[in-house]
Amino acid sequence: MPIGYYLVLSGLLFTIGAAGVFLRRNLITLLLSVEIMLNAVNLTFVAFGRQFGTVDGQIITFFVMTVAAAEAAVGLALVIALFRHRESLNPEAFTSLKW
Amino acid sequence: MGFDQLLFYVFAGVAVLGSLLVIGQKNPIYSVLAIIVSFFGLSGLYVLLEAPFVAVVQIIIYAGAIMVLFLFTVMLLNVPREDASEWDRAHPYYRPWALRAGAAMAVLMAVQLGWALSRTQGLGTGVADERPAVSSVAELGRVLFTDYMFAFEVTSILIIIAMVGAVVLARKREF
Repeated sequence: MPIGYYLVLSGLLFTIGAAGVFLRRNLITLLLSVEIMLNAVNLTFVAFGRQFGTVDGQIITFFVMTVAAAEAAVGLALVIALFRHRESLNPEAFTSLKW
Repeated sequence: MGFDQLLFYVFAGVAVLGSLLVIGQKNPIYSVLAIIVSFFGLSGLYVLLEAPFVAVVQIIIYAGAIMVLFLFTVMLLNVPREDASEWDRAHPYYRPWALRAGAAMAVLMAVQLGWALSRTQGLGTGVADERPAVSSVAELGRVLFTDYMFAFEVTSILIIIAMVGAVVLARKREF
């Protein structure tokens, strides 16, 4: 397969994730959209790594996955803490700095 | 059309459809299940790119661990859907023109991405044309624990900090 196919697919996935972040109003779906964007970037790394015949692309993918796991853990803990205060997952409910 | 090409289109379709379902659902549980389907599609693409270890890690870590964390949170909070009236009021599509800058930025970014891709040279080169694949786990581990040793250790510290932070943040006691 030509590299361009993988890049177009990756760009499509990244756009879907970005659109999710901008359009959805649910904190959990927002985090899922960020995961989609991270995966789109991973696909680019692996595709280029395959083309250049090196393992660096695959290794950076592991680091991205680790950071995604850390981000999901902290993000979901924040969501739980916020939900205790406001009983809502809408980001519009959390616009004040102090309550 | 070769078998590889057919598989590429199948996996790419699964990944894109799954991602579209994620942002198209109102119930977060369906969103999480759809993203798992999307991850299986991506995993198939990694196999096509001759990176089998990444494909397995994608399933075990992403679809296994991280998405279980998401599902657990969704079920813990027990909010099956966004409130419909809240959704309508808060949706950017129903906002005044000036407040829709975010959606405009998303479209702009997509256009830029397409423009950059359309002007890039050499996109027709096959991924498997020029170099042989490096897919052995032994080689992966050797590079990870020599060239990327520092990044690896820093990542382990990051994970510990994230774990402690998550426990502190989600704790019930009020400060």
